[in-house]
Amino acid sequence: MATNEVKKTKYLNPYLGGVLLGLVLLSANFISGRGLGASGAVKSVVATTIKAVDKDAVTTMPFMKEYADSHSGNPMKSWLVFEMLGVLVGGFLSGTIAGRLKLKVEHSPKITAKRRLVFALAGGVLFGFGSQLGRGCTSGSALSGMAVLSLGGFITMMAIFGTAFGMAYFLRKNWI
Amino acid sequence: MGPLVINEIISENTNFLLAFLIGIAFGWVLESSGFSSSRKLAGIFYGYDTVVLKVFFTGAITCMLGLLFMGLFGWIDLDLVYVNPTYLTSAIVGGVVMGVGFIMGGFCPGTSFCGAAIGKIDAMVFIGGLFIGVYGFAFTYGWWEKLYLAKYLGEPKVSQSLGLSDGLFGLLLIMAALVMFWVAEWAEKKFPREEY
Repeated sequence: MATNEVKKTKYLNPYLGGVLLGLVLLSANFISGRGLGASGAVKSVVATTIKAVDKDAVTTMPFMKEYADSHSGNPMKSWLVFEMLGVLVGGFLSGTIAGRLKLKVEHSPKITAKRRLVFALAGGVLFGFGSQLGRGCTSGSALSGMAVLSLGGFITMMAIFGTAFGMAYFLRKNWI
Repeated sequence: MGPLVINEIISENTNFLLAFLIGIAFGWVLESSGFSSSRKLAGIFYGYDTVVLKVFFTGAITCMLGLLFMGLFGWIDLDLVYVNPTYLTSAIVGGVVMGVGFIMGGFCPGTSFCGAAIGKIDAMVFIGGLFIGVYGFAFTYGWWEKLYLAKYLGEPKVSQSLGLSDGLFGLLLIMAALVMFWVAEWAEKKFPREEY
C-alpha cells in the first residue's frame, strides 16, 4: 500500500461514501421494509426508563400511550436499538482503523472547550425535542423519508437544513 | 421477494441480528466519511466542507433508484415498504427546531453516536442533550399534542403531490443534486480550509 496515498485520503471519497450509505439504506428497506434511524433508539431508552419508574405511565402519560399504541412489546427489543448499537461498533471500528480514536473536545480555536460543550448540550436538547415533534431525525425522517419519496421526509429535510443555513451567520464564531 | 421480514422469509430474531449488522455498516460509512467530526459536518453551512451534502444526497438518490428499479423488476413490493407519514405542521416545526439544534450542536443524532464511538466528548454531551430533549418532549407531550397531530395528509409521495411519476421526479432530483454538487465543489475551492 502506498503510504503517502493513505495520508492524502484521510476520509472516504464523499460520493463513494454516499453510494455506500445508499446501499446500506437500500438493504434496510429490502430486508425489513423500513429505513435507517437514530432518534428512535433514544426514544426507546426513554420509554423504557419511564416505564421502569412509573408502571402506570402508559395510562397516565399521553406520550407513553402514543408510544405504546405505535410500538408493541419491550421497547428495547426494537430494530432501531439494535441498529444503533451497531452504529457504535461500526463507528468505533472505522475510527480505530483510521487512527482517529482519541478522547477530546473538538472545537474551533476561537472558542473554549467549555463553550463548545454548552452549545453541544443545548443543540442536543433541541435536536432530541425536534426529532420527537418531527417524527424522526436526519436519518429516519429526512434521509430515509427522501429515499422512499415521502413528502414529509422532503419537508423535514428542507426545514432542518434551511433553518441551519439561516442561523449559520449568527453562530459563525463557533465554527469559523 | 422483499421486504424479507414482512413477507416472512426471515424471522423476527434474524431481523434484529441484521439490524445490528446494518447498524455496523451504517456507523462505518458515516465515520469513514468524516461524520464523526462536528467541524466537518458544520462546514456545509459555511461552504468550507460540503461532505454532508454530497454523502446525504448521493445516499438518498442511490437508495431511491435502487428501490425504484427493484420495484420494477418485482424484487420488492414497494407497497409494503414504510413511507413516513406526513403531518405538515410538525414536519416543519420539528424540522426547524432540529435545524437550530444542528447549527448549535454540530451533530445530528446518528452522527453524534459515531463521534462518541471514537471518543469525541462534545458528541457524548450532545447525546446527553438528546436524552434531555426526548424526556422533555415526553413529559410535556400534552402541550404539543395538537401541533403534533395537526394537518395529517396521510402518506403521500412527493412525486404524487407534484403530479409527476416517480421516475420523472427521480430524474429531476438527480439533476438538482448534480447542480448542488457543482456548487459544492466550487464553494470548497472558494472557502478552502484544513481537514479536520
